[in-house]
Amino acid sequence: MKTPWRLVLLPVAVFVAAIAVAAVVIALSGSPPLPALVAWWEGAVSAPGALPESLLNATPLLFTGLAVAVGLLAGQFNIGVEGQLLMGALASAWVGFAVSGLPAPLHVLLALLAGALVGAVWGWIPGILKAWRGAHEVITTIMMNYIAIYLTQYLVTRVWKDPNSMSPQTPEALPSAWLPILVEGTRLSIGLLIALAAALILWYLLKRTVWGYELRAVGANAEAAQAAGVQVSRVIWGSMALSGAIGGLAGAVEVLGVHHRYYDQFSPGYGFDGIAVALLGNNHPLGAVLAAFVFGAMKNGAVYMQSVTVPAVPREITTVVQAVVIFFLAAMRFRRRGG
Amino acid sequence: MGEVFDIELFRSALRLATPLALAAMGGILSERSGVVNIGLEGQMLMGAFVGWAAAVALGNGWLGVLCGVGAGALLGFLHALLTQRFRADHVVSGMAVNLLSAGLTVFLLRRFLEKPPGASGVPEWSLSWLQPIPILGGLLANQSPFVFLMLLLPFALHGLLYHTVWGLRVRAVGESARKSRLAGINVVAIRYRCVMYSGALAALAGTYLSLSQLNVFTEGMSAGKGFIALAAVIFGRWTPLGATAAALGFGFLDALQQRLQGETLFGVRVPSELLLSLPYLLTIIALAGLVGRSIPPADLGRQEVGE
Repeated sequence: MKTPWRLVLLPVAVFVAAIAVAAVVIALSGSPPLPALVAWWEGAVSAPGALPESLLNATPLLFTGLAVAVGLLAGQFNIGVEGQLLMGALASAWVGFAVSGLPAPLHVLLALLAGALVGAVWGWIPGILKAWRGAHEVITTIMMNYIAIYLTQYLVTRVWKDPNSMSPQTPEALPSAWLPILVEGTRLSIGLLIALAAALILWYLLKRTVWGYELRAVGANAEAAQAAGVQVSRVIWGSMALSGAIGGLAGAVEVLGVHHRYYDQFSPGYGFDGIAVALLGNNHPLGAVLAAFVFGAMKNGAVYMQSVTVPAVPREITTVVQAVVIFFLAAMRFRRRGG
Repeated sequence: MGEVFDIELFRSALRLATPLALAAMGGILSERSGVVNIGLEGQMLMGAFVGWAAAVALGNGWLGVLCGVGAGALLGFLHALLTQRFRADHVVSGMAVNLLSAGLTVFLLRRFLEKPPGASGVPEWSLSWLQPIPILGGLLANQSPFVFLMLLLPFALHGLLYHTVWGLRVRAVGESARKSRLAGINVVAIRYRCVMYSGALAALAGTYLSLSQLNVFTEGMSAGKGFIALAAVIFGRWTPLGATAAALGFGFLDALQQRLQGETLFGVRVPSELLLSLPYLLTIIALAGLVGRSIPPADLGRQEVGE
């Protein structure tokens, strides 16, 4: 059923409807909605410097959206991207500050790899538990999120804490591990290009390789895939590990490209934003690109909207929009097949 | 070392277990009827916010509790509507409930208040006649009414689930919607009710946070307690008494880590993060059946309502 309606028009309609709901919420809260919407748009797209910052906001969302989408295509609901991101971020920060004497490209590569690897392990555990013991991945990934929160908290407050800082954060990564800036005078790094490359590679893997075909077959109908000779359990833990790796990469790019260190409570919920991105992008890698940009721009614009509207419209309205988008899509289209 | 295991530790374990156990009862009702409810967290948060806001507006803690519980039931209704009427995936809908609450509570808080005022909360019960009784007096005197509710509710729910026709139907619907329908049970109606009760109970746990534990609402104050409640449900094998026991255990771990800040236990330094992550670790182990096995209701999370 690949009609343009499903792929493009429906998501656009849903997003517009969600913004309309937000406008109603803003109006009910006593702020004039029209100036708020105008400011929202300006802050997202047309104000000076808005666009690079919107792209910066979109980068982690693209990674987490891809991570969730890979899982969903295989019939696995990875709610654990948040934890995978935290683990990956801390791992890459460690490589960034503890490993020295490497040339820049190699150091960056090693740090990215560390993030992806640790994230992969964090996703693989729920995957193998499901494949081997039938433990529901939704519950185990939620639990893994909290274990990640406490483990990273422990490491960053007691083991790898920057001795010269009062707050729980690691030392700054060496400049050789920083991602180069993409647009001069902004905070936008080549992390965006890495995310776009990841989307393209995933699109190729999923649509053009046997491995991708098997993954989607398991997502569509695990029993039929098993009967057709696909090793379902391997696909389950493999897809969860890949999903986790992308989640870990999200954290690594955020560390190496923006903050250059890990600090406690690193993520404002990027992992959960990924669910909204994957759904709005129809679980398609290229759809995720558009959805990530839309949400990233929306979040960025809301900061500006909060600063110029009177009375101020709190930027948390973006979370409400995401929730409404998910409600609409869940009610209209989204079905998870597979067990 | 000092006195780690004194009566105060167990008192605070009871207090910390209260929101977990109350929300877990909600989780059991929803999940035994076959609907996954990971929206417990959001329902708890919304209950905490609405309960506190209503108590501030109306000047009465108990009225606040009532309003908070109503808001939770509404979110439950929303979750039931999506999962039953629109056949939405239970997990997706639950996540949306969580996001909606996280966004809306902070939005309203920031929009209307610089600094949230204190509400007239729900006062503790002194129960002075309990005082002379050893242990029991120390544990239960001057505790919040919510603590007593937490201790009594599981027994009531146990009776309902296992000794009434209604409870039998709820369990039947969760095990096999199709067979229940063939037996003439109105599956969807039962699920609607159970999910609404579920939201109401999670919100009740939330009002305990903002009207009893503290008398104020703070941003994101549910802080993952809804998910620990979910862990308690699984660890307690979807039974009221088991989940309450698990919640008490998790509450005890929390009380212990608060007590041990910078102290040693039997001469060993125990990181508080380790104690805090134990509930989640234990739940994974229980779910994977590495030690005993937690088996969910057979039809849990299925979208088909058995045509």
